[in-house]
Amino acid sequence: MGMFEYAPAPESRSVVDIAPSYGLFIDGEFVPPASSGGVFKTVNPATEEVLAEVSTAGPEDVDRAVTAARRAAGPWSALPGAERAKYLFRIARIIQERSRELAVLESLDNGKPIRESRDIDLPLVAAHFFYYAGWADKLRYAGFGADPRPLGVAAQVIPWNFPLLMLAWKIAPALATGNTVVLKPAETTPLSALFFADVCRQADLPPGVVNIVTGAGETGRTLVEHPGVDKVAFTGSTEVGRQIARSVAGTRKRLTLELGGKAANIVFDDAPIDQAVEGIVNGIFFNQGHVCCAGSRLLIQESVYDEVLESLKRRMATLRVGDPLDKNTDVGAINSAEQLERIRTLSDIGAEEGAERWSPPCTLPAQGFWFAPTIFTGVTQAHRIAREEIFGPVLSVLTFRTPAEAIEKANNTPYGLSAGVWSEKGSRILAVADKLRAGVVWANTFNKFDPTSPFGGYKESGYGREGGRHGLEAYLA
Amino acid sequence: MTATTTSRLPDLSGSAFNLRSFLHGLPGVDKVGVEARAAALGTRSVKTSAKAAAIDLAIRMVDLTTLEGADTPGKVRALSAKALRPDPADPTCPPVAAVCVYPAMVPVAAEVLRGTGVHLASVATAFPSGQAPLDVKLADTRDAVAAGADEIDMVISRGAFLAGRYDHVYEEIVAVKEACGSAHLKVILETGELETYDNVRRASWLAMLAGADFIKTSTGKVPVAATLPVTLVMLEAVRDFRARTGRQVGVKPAGGIRTTKDAIKYLVLINETVGDDWLDPDWFRFGASSLLNDLLMQRTKLTTGHYAGPDYFTLD
Repeated sequence: MGMFEYAPAPESRSVVDIAPSYGLFIDGEFVPPASSGGVFKTVNPATEEVLAEVSTAGPEDVDRAVTAARRAAGPWSALPGAERAKYLFRIARIIQERSRELAVLESLDNGKPIRESRDIDLPLVAAHFFYYAGWADKLRYAGFGADPRPLGVAAQVIPWNFPLLMLAWKIAPALATGNTVVLKPAETTPLSALFFADVCRQADLPPGVVNIVTGAGETGRTLVEHPGVDKVAFTGSTEVGRQIARSVAGTRKRLTLELGGKAANIVFDDAPIDQAVEGIVNGIFFNQGHVCCAGSRLLIQESVYDEVLESLKRRMATLRVGDPLDKNTDVGAINSAEQLERIRTLSDIGAEEGAERWSPPCTLPAQGFWFAPTIFTGVTQAHRIAREEIFGPVLSVLTFRTPAEAIEKANNTPYGLSAGVWSEKGSRILAVADKLRAGVVWANTFNKFDPTSPFGGYKESGYGREGGRHGLEAYLA
Repeated sequence: MTATTTSRLPDLSGSAFNLRSFLHGLPGVDKVGVEARAAALGTRSVKTSAKAAAIDLAIRMVDLTTLEGADTPGKVRALSAKALRPDPADPTCPPVAAVCVYPAMVPVAAEVLRGTGVHLASVATAFPSGQAPLDVKLADTRDAVAAGADEIDMVISRGAFLAGRYDHVYEEIVAVKEACGSAHLKVILETGELETYDNVRRASWLAMLAGADFIKTSTGKVPVAATLPVTLVMLEAVRDFRARTGRQVGVKPAGGIRTTKDAIKYLVLINETVGDDWLDPDWFRFGASSLLNDLLMQRTKLTTGHYAGPDYFTLD
């Protein structure tokens, strides 16, 4: 920027130890994979430096993990709820105590800014365990019958955008309700889940209650198709979600899916403009736009279009893109070369289809995977960038004239995960929110999360709810 | 409010209706949002060379203030001397921006400051309550200027503002501005008494429309003084006002800013809201007294590598 340059303020990466290689966490210990050839590398997306070698779990390993989870399920579910709560509280406290290590590890493996992993991801992870620990001895009063029972073994497959937070969303309610789990983290971000395995050992969690198997899509497929699994929980792309729904169809397995989104963020002419601009920025550039509920379609009322757009561009020019470990970084690295390619491809299509592309001047590092914060104006509902999930720091800007038109456009998507409404008029917020087909509607804010609040989608954004009392239901019979 | 389409404002003077329509037509401020934004900017990490530069800039922005019934010529002379040489042990330490005193003390401070480049600010207009007839306020202002003040910190009539008599407040500011002559006018909104951010935004615009050279948060005499979110709202107001009229107005948070850490948060706020043009003592001031010694202490820490005890810094 200008005369007041912030000096580099890097968080120390030496606060966390990363092993050169990791086995699979099965039945309370790290074990090598059954077939020796199965290793892959996980890299720091900001530098392309290899962080560690990680094992690929094959069918035999998945079977061992499910068997261990099955063996542990009986005793675990037989524990009084207050006893299970003790473990969850212990895990939550250890996460708080080791949050600096975990934040650095998450930023290294994922590419997200340390400011976010430190101030958002880690506090939410701990809060999620604390919250569900509180439910463990109150399940009979949760509204799911007089004696709700666990399902058994849960197969959980999570994405790379919030590796540890998605783990918490999956594991905390499953354990609180007396289930045991086999969890597969994403292949590009396995390290915090493997660290979590160590947290489980530190908490003296009984062996087999939590098992972590690493690998790519094939490992995930093997896990969800394993006949010994009672419940499948998946967060990720709609495409993979469809495959999982097909493979689970006709079995007794219960399924919850949290999939993609193309959320509308609606700015009315009576909005608090400066805060709306913050909300727009937070909606799409938080976590590099790698957010399933990102506000990736901005709908601006035409009468304030120029004003909002100019404020938005001015604000975007102050975004600090770069080293994820620098405490002043706002936008970090794209998680993988593959994802960067997808963002580039869809952005190029946006330009080819006639939308006007704009990014603030910013110098991107030469190494690693980077994409400048980008907006497209002149976008219509017919553009692919208004319909397809880009999952990157790319915002499509559309306009509307009346509340009815805003609602129509917002709902005109196969997705239905989230939406935002900006207005100083309370009655308008309530009326519009009521008509939006989205699992979460934020009013005068965006991307706010809390363990007490259920989260999930309509339509092709999936089914089932995570978080809150509602989140218990997916793990109870 | 766009910079690319600079539009002249309609003439709002003399029309209570027009003023009201204009002020109430400004976009609202969402309390949760503005406080979250200010808090987020408060987490910026400013270290090493950036911190050193920030400390020197903050020192140059201080309006070194004493506004006590117990102020004496001796106290004011000491404060004025400190304004010129904040750190007697280090000649590289810059002087502060101004000394701020009551009108009765202006002649004393003027003797020390005349010709030094350090400005002399005086509160006026029946500070801090503003509850006096207009002719008294104007006389207060003229006397301070005649005695050597080149900056006047006036208070608005919060009672009139809260009663919706915007034209009254407007006319008072216009009259005081005229009484100031060539002296710069800072208009104190006393945001702690306005309470809502919507009011802060409206009062900021009202003061600027009436001719304020600076808008200032507080007198320091009510429980809630300067805060980061209030200052953020005021910075947005001066930014939008310049975009609309081409005229730049300064901002002065005052009261409750005591530490270097706090001061740096304000500089970050300027940096990421209005940018370089306001990162200058001509356009941003800290109304403070104890802040200066903390800035000096941190400055010494950065240059020598260790903290000197409080006895090494002058108490004035």
